[in-house]
Amino acid sequence: MNSKDLKNVRGDHRILCDFVEPGSRVLDIGCEDGDLLELLIRTRNVDARGLELHQAGVNKCVARGLPAVQGDADTDLSAYPDGAFDYAILSQTLQATKDPKHILGELLRIGKRAVVSFPNFGHWRNRMQLLTRGRMPVTDYLPYSWYDTPNIHFCTIRDFVELAGEVDAKVLRAEALNAKGERIGFNAPWWVWNLIGDQAIFLLERKK
Amino acid sequence: MTNSTSATNGDAQINGNAQNNALDQANAPSSKLMCFGADNPLMLDSGAELAPWQIAYETYGTLNEDKSNAVVVCHALTGDQYVASQNPVTGKPGWWELMVGPGRPVDTNHYFVICANVLGGCMGTTGPASTNPETGTSYGLDMSVVTIGDMVRSQAKLVEALGIETLFAVVGGSMGGMQVLQWAAAYPEKVFAAVPIASGARHTSQNIAFHEVGRQAVMADPDWCQGKYAQENKRPVKGLAVARMAAHITYMSDESLQQKFGRNLQDRAAITFGFDADFQIESYLRHQGMTFVDRFDANSYLYVTRAMDYFDLAAAHGGRLANAFMHTKTRFCVMSFTTDWLFPTSESKAIVHALNAAAANVSFVEIDSSRGHDAFLLDEPEMFETMFGFMTGAANARGIPAPATPIGE
Repeated sequence: MNSKDLKNVRGDHRILCDFVEPGSRVLDIGCEDGDLLELLIRTRNVDARGLELHQAGVNKCVARGLPAVQGDADTDLSAYPDGAFDYAILSQTLQATKDPKHILGELLRIGKRAVVSFPNFGHWRNRMQLLTRGRMPVTDYLPYSWYDTPNIHFCTIRDFVELAGEVDAKVLRAEALNAKGERIGFNAPWWVWNLIGDQAIFLLERKK
Repeated sequence: MTNSTSATNGDAQINGNAQNNALDQANAPSSKLMCFGADNPLMLDSGAELAPWQIAYETYGTLNEDKSNAVVVCHALTGDQYVASQNPVTGKPGWWELMVGPGRPVDTNHYFVICANVLGGCMGTTGPASTNPETGTSYGLDMSVVTIGDMVRSQAKLVEALGIETLFAVVGGSMGGMQVLQWAAAYPEKVFAAVPIASGARHTSQNIAFHEVGRQAVMADPDWCQGKYAQENKRPVKGLAVARMAAHITYMSDESLQQKFGRNLQDRAAITFGFDADFQIESYLRHQGMTFVDRFDANSYLYVTRAMDYFDLAAAHGGRLANAFMHTKTRFCVMSFTTDWLFPTSESKAIVHALNAAAANVSFVEIDSSRGHDAFLLDEPEMFETMFGFMTGAANARGIPAPATPIGE
């Protein structure tokens, strides 16, 4: 493997890689063209597979030498056995699924741990747009209009923490990121992160 | 053959030279040949033992020092070992030269490619057209019915005889894809990477139905002589041609037939109110049928179609396909084509779901093509890109020097 400039790697991908132990088995759900898959393989030396809804993305992955299959996170995770992977990763995809709660449960079933990243709908800019304009927020980071967005189940960081509790998941680690995917480098209570984080990454484990 | 039949009896117009050549190939192929004596029988799924027996094969490229770069290419129903070199009967180029060769996705500058004629075939591996040493004439129906498992077992014995312990990859389309799956299921420790294309883990009812039509066409030909046509100096060319015509339709899509032929008339301005080949599609199919009989043995056609019909990998593993692949370390790349209705994408997906259930390393690519099942043999750039990428990724993982890596491009 060669030469893709690591400087061009998306910030959230780079941080997400830190959540994954080297040499582990990983399923990346919603892997798109394989950028995160390739980064995981190159930097963490993992045995990684991708699942992607769109065939064009899958074909690009395989042509890049990355293992990927076409499949729908909402329906196709049931084919994987319990504990098949060390990590089940859902990067920027949860909000586009039909049944996020079910999927979170599936992640924790097929993966010993789950890594989930998602845009935080509770960011102050979104709140301001709704408050001042009375319109659904459209930002650089969330560029879709309400009628054409693939994102059908937005949540806030606090919503996600609550959902994790409902599926008996323990939060092992969490990071709030700004729109560029950079760490917000100080510790703060959830409500602060919920206000200033454009996105978040969580590492979860099922409670014993 | 004890003697070559110059059969142009009755109205069976046979191309004599090609025909004699085809008959010779069954016993004395132009390719490489591995012979196994009476002391080294091939155990068949039917319970029979086949001995002596032989397997005809071609190789391309060079086996590396640690013997880690061998690739077995498995051919489809009426294919042969000449995957990347001229066919001695037809004089045509290899049947998959777009895929296999120097600088091709299965790059013979890097990999050592082995392609063998299947058991039951008629290009030099033991089949019904081969001479039965006990009678001095061809086996005909005296040969035991063979299976995909038998074909793969014979290939495994060849690979072993060549001194190769593990294969870097096994690759094939259609019936070749069935062999790939069988290889992976029966010899998981020997197969590093597996690429079944336009294939399935079983033959469906519809697939069996089409094969039965073909076999009945052969057997309804009076020149079939209950399979003993060689002894009678006859050949059921009409029946075999009809079988090929019917099968050929299943290899193409409605869309591709319409694009290629539509309702165009053949060398005439108007329909003739008769039963000549008025339409181009009729003329095309008749041509396909007549050229096929010059290169293929009718009994072989019965045997090889039967082998496909009997293939059901799930049934052989307790009714659950995933059981065939439990704990496999083989990495798979499954491919299908959008307009293939003989082995539709749903059949490939069933394989993928089973591999997922076995937590296997699997890639799956469906390729948009208008050309039906035959697409896997044609110029389909996305298939080549997929194969190249997968083979390169696998070669990196196996520690084989691969062609320039596409990762990160």
